[in-house]
Amino acid sequence: MADLTDTARPTEEGERTDTARATGEGRVAEPGRPAGGGRLPTGSTSTVDAPRTTDPAPGEEPAGGGWIDAARPRAGMPRRRGPGRAGWARLRPAVGLGLLALLVGYAVLVPWLADFDPRITDYSAGLSAPSAEHPFGTDPAGRDLLVRSAAGLRVSLLIAAVCAVVSTLIGTLVGALSGVAGGVVDQIVMRLVDTVNAVPHLLLGIVIVALYGGGLPAVIISITLTHWTSVARIVRAEVLSLRDREFVDAAISGGASRWRVTRRHLLPAVVPQAALAAVLMLPHAVWHETALSFLGLGLAPHEASIGILLDEAREATMLGGWWALVFPSALLVVATLGVAACGAAWRDRLTPRRRTELAL
Amino acid sequence: MTVTPIARLVLRRALLAVPVLVLVSVAIFALAAASPFDPLSAYLGDRYLTMDPDDQARLAAQLGFDDPWPQRYLHWAGDLLTGDLGTSVALRQPVVDVIVERLPWTILLVAVALLMAMSTALVLGVWSAWRQGGWVDRAVTAFSHAIEGIPPFVVALGAIAVFGVALSWLPVAGLTDAGAPVTFAQVARHLVLPALVLGLSQTPVLLLHVRQSLLTALSDDHVAGARARGLPEARVVLRHALPAALLPFTTLLGARVAEIVTGAVLVEEVFSWPGAAQAVVRAAVAVDFPLLAALTLLSTIAVLVGSLLADVAYALLDPRVAADG
Repeated sequence: MADLTDTARPTEEGERTDTARATGEGRVAEPGRPAGGGRLPTGSTSTVDAPRTTDPAPGEEPAGGGWIDAARPRAGMPRRRGPGRAGWARLRPAVGLGLLALLVGYAVLVPWLADFDPRITDYSAGLSAPSAEHPFGTDPAGRDLLVRSAAGLRVSLLIAAVCAVVSTLIGTLVGALSGVAGGVVDQIVMRLVDTVNAVPHLLLGIVIVALYGGGLPAVIISITLTHWTSVARIVRAEVLSLRDREFVDAAISGGASRWRVTRRHLLPAVVPQAALAAVLMLPHAVWHETALSFLGLGLAPHEASIGILLDEAREATMLGGWWALVFPSALLVVATLGVAACGAAWRDRLTPRRRTELAL
Repeated sequence: MTVTPIARLVLRRALLAVPVLVLVSVAIFALAAASPFDPLSAYLGDRYLTMDPDDQARLAAQLGFDDPWPQRYLHWAGDLLTGDLGTSVALRQPVVDVIVERLPWTILLVAVALLMAMSTALVLGVWSAWRQGGWVDRAVTAFSHAIEGIPPFVVALGAIAVFGVALSWLPVAGLTDAGAPVTFAQVARHLVLPALVLGLSQTPVLLLHVRQSLLTALSDDHVAGARARGLPEARVVLRHALPAALLPFTTLLGARVAEIVTGAVLVEEVFSWPGAAQAVVRAAVAVDFPLLAALTLLSTIAVLVGSLLADVAYALLDPRVAADG
């Protein structure tokens, strides 16, 4: 047991969950040493620290070396946590909001500050690398990517916001109807949700956009028609759990109609969950719009969204113009991560028990 | 475990799938009827502009385009049951031929990509759970979250920019070099980048899932029992904790089919991979309704089969689960 000196020390973690087991096994290891020499603090036998205060020096290992500390680090045990982790959890909403504020400011201010139209082409300056004049470079048609990306980001975020709000409204209404009505209506609605979810959403979106011939309304319809199901599920579950609470019983015994209970008691109570679902849907909606536009099925090329920019970046990439790909997609990723960070922080506040699930 | 409960599970799910498929196809026809889409102009293509209106009306009546959509749907469904899915205008061949020709390439791409994604997810997921909080864990987790945020087509374009354009290592488009015969070496070379990108886009979810469920399993009582018996750490992790952690993994894989189809659509389109998923985009751009309807139905079947396979695997692997619940 040459490595006993390393592993014999229990790891110093405040948040160990199995304190009892570690303590018990820690005491088992004691017969090998001379009874602690009276140094064992009497008041602290129930803490992990107790055996550690009497750690033998490396020279006084028990003969035969049969003892291995049960509290040594093992698979699945978190290492000692540095200050960074806890700090990140606290900073996450601030970082997310900061990123978003930065992006929104960029999307709003840059087109306003730049004194030229992002659609102006200048073929002599086509596909030039990032420089002082064009910080993000130019695309093959010579359009400045800094301004064009800002315009694209604005379009993408606006579409995503509209889609998130509309599909949250649809999902809330359907979910509340399903939860309040129950019975056959509930069954039918849930079957419908299952059916919509059985088709890959991008494919359903592609079908809708193709049939409606592309453009802004088609993109919004295709995103809302595929994204309301998750909200409907969440709201239905919430309504089902709220329906049996005392305040609903009290309202019913006070003579409130089903409609009044729904409107005054159930719907206000699901608003936080629905609003959270809307925020968490934003990245999905951005992603969806970008994918559709990238495939050439979504927005028209003059409505430059991030997806259109990325579609155009295919040509630029083939010509070696990496900047046409890197900057718009970086904006897309930062926007997604910013929204996700805010949403996750908010979700943690709302539902503490899910804090461990997604550490984003 | 006898076969009967499993067979009953399969049968029941197959019966449940029928109304779903009917509903999906009806919805597609209803959407088409409500949209400004004109089947005649899609059927005729450019000739629609030059043909005189009388001929157009005659042709539409002859092809049944004037019928109300429920009637057209019943006609289509009847043909479907006899194995006739109509003719694709965009690709100028029967839809059945399109699917038969292209589906194997999609399956090849998806299979290779999934194999890569699953093995990466298993190895790195187990590693990062084993040494939770170590630098491998932190790097892998951060990288997974980052990849999760990047759409697959951006990864695909990035891969093209690096490996295709800058380094010129690998071909970036098609199944073979232009005009070259379809040989194993050709296809293998052209498969590398699409499969890598598709695999990479699927890895983060699988990896984070393996890591999380292994961590959960490691705190289970039976793992504590295995440790109490003094079994070596590798044996505890790999033989006692991992099998329990992999059970939900099968469910996750089955539920991921929709995302895999989505990823395949994007990746095949970027790399011009001649699979069924790329045909979706071709059909959509040309508003090729018969092909679009057939491929949508096909992907729905894939999703349903995926979740059924996951449930069957779960019932077979875990004797506690009643297959006929």
